[in-house]
Amino acid sequence: MTGFRSVRVALGLAAASALLTGCAGTAGASSGSTASSSEQGETLTVFAAASLLETFTELADRFEAANPGVTVTLNFAGSADLVTQIREGAPADVFAAADLSTMAGLSRDGLVDGDPAVFATNTLSIAVPPDNPAGIDSFADLAAPNVDVVVCAPQVPCGAALRALEAAVGVTLAPVSEENAVTDVLGKVTSGQADAGLVYVTDVASAGDAVLGLPVPESDQSVNEYPIAVVAGSGQARLGAAFARFVTGATGQSVLGAAGFGAP
Amino acid sequence: MGRRDLAGRRDLTAGRAGSRDGGVTLGVPRWTLILAALGALFIVLPIVGMTLRVDWSRFGALVTSEPAVAALLLSLRTATMSTVLCLLFGVPMALALARSRFPGQRLVRAVVLLPLVLPPVVGGIALLSTFGRRGLLGETFGVLGIQIAFSTTAVVLAQTFVALPFLVLSVEATLRASGARFEAVAATLGATPGTVFRRVTLPLVLPGLVSGAVLAFARALGEFGATLTFAGSLQGVTRTLPLEIYLQRETDADAAVALALLLVAVALIVMVATHRPRGLS
Repeated sequence: MTGFRSVRVALGLAAASALLTGCAGTAGASSGSTASSSEQGETLTVFAAASLLETFTELADRFEAANPGVTVTLNFAGSADLVTQIREGAPADVFAAADLSTMAGLSRDGLVDGDPAVFATNTLSIAVPPDNPAGIDSFADLAAPNVDVVVCAPQVPCGAALRALEAAVGVTLAPVSEENAVTDVLGKVTSGQADAGLVYVTDVASAGDAVLGLPVPESDQSVNEYPIAVVAGSGQARLGAAFARFVTGATGQSVLGAAGFGAP
Repeated sequence: MGRRDLAGRRDLTAGRAGSRDGGVTLGVPRWTLILAALGALFIVLPIVGMTLRVDWSRFGALVTSEPAVAALLLSLRTATMSTVLCLLFGVPMALALARSRFPGQRLVRAVVLLPLVLPPVVGGIALLSTFGRRGLLGETFGVLGIQIAFSTTAVVLAQTFVALPFLVLSVEATLRASGARFEAVAATLGATPGTVFRRVTLPLVLPGLVSGAVLAFARALGEFGATLTFAGSLQGVTRTLPLEIYLQRETDADAAVALALLLVAVALIVMVATHRPRGLS
């Protein structure tokens, strides 16, 4: 009962403070902002592809440590989701995508500043449950009947990479499911629903013992490039550019390399 | 002259007002109307907003594309099968909850309604750990040669799981509201439980049954999270309309909006055509 009441109080307070800050914001805007942002510290909002969750979380911590007073806020989602959010005016300062074409769309519409910089590459790998129930050895094995293989849909970056890989190997798969996100593919493999899945080498690395990774020699012919750029109209363009340089620089490259990403 | 006019008019209004229930129409406080209008706007505005985004020049082509038609047909087929399953199991469940007493009944009702509050993704995980290849029952099904993973059956299971509570709730509420008087009378007149069920109970709960079935169908039509987690996504097999919308959105926002409008239209047609709350004739 007390718990319930305190929740209601908290909600009321939150609503009231939202109203107050809303009013304060309007007043400040009309009379010219007086509080300098550097006194309270600066906040940088970074939108990053879901596959960058671990690496960018670590990079944000290191960037904050190297730049006292700076807070990095991270938003992770599928690249296409993030693009939609940025197009609808979400407050992003920096955008890191999982493929070039997603970024190219934003670039074409003038929604990012300057040329995006490629900071990492990723390649595909076969992932199977640890006991490899279907006895998969090679990419060609995946095309055998009675093998339940799950892949990304051609509409998303990992699916586009698969198309290129199929062409390179000369084997076309008949998947039982085409997922929207590489994490969904991985989930179907770790749960044992599928006999095999096509994911990124970084997903195999982060899944640990939950899956067995089988490298595909031809995967170097379908390399996904990850670009980073400062979002147009960002209030933190200078800080955003610094973050992008941090990611493409020595620290960024060592963190990304440790997670299995390739150098640009 | 004027007086008679007034009187005549009053008669007219009285006649009109009384025509519904043969009595007076109860007025409602004006403030409830204002709040009701705001509530309705809250639901209608986002739909209007979405409609304004539709690229009408491409609409026809987008909703008749091969993947879109395959997704719509799959959705209609699976939602129909789920509704049948809901009726088959849900009506007896509602009957047990409303007409009998057994230990732990309140707990059972709460558990039956759980899919209403479970995030669909969690429902998917629950189904996966039960009917999945390595789940509780999955291995048994595998031995029997029944493959649920990545099949249309998995879609129907996911939809039934989330839709069943709607039917049970609706039918149970109708059963409770109608009371057991008629059934008791029929029983005292010598009717067997089976006859009472067919001749008295079913006709009595028909309105609740219909609205419950419509709600269950609509919920099954919109099912997304559990299907994605449990069944997968493949055109013509497991990729229902909501999954197709989710996928199209990755590359073609116009296609996603057009398909969303198609889904809204189908749901509206089904509900307007069949859903009549009790008390409205």
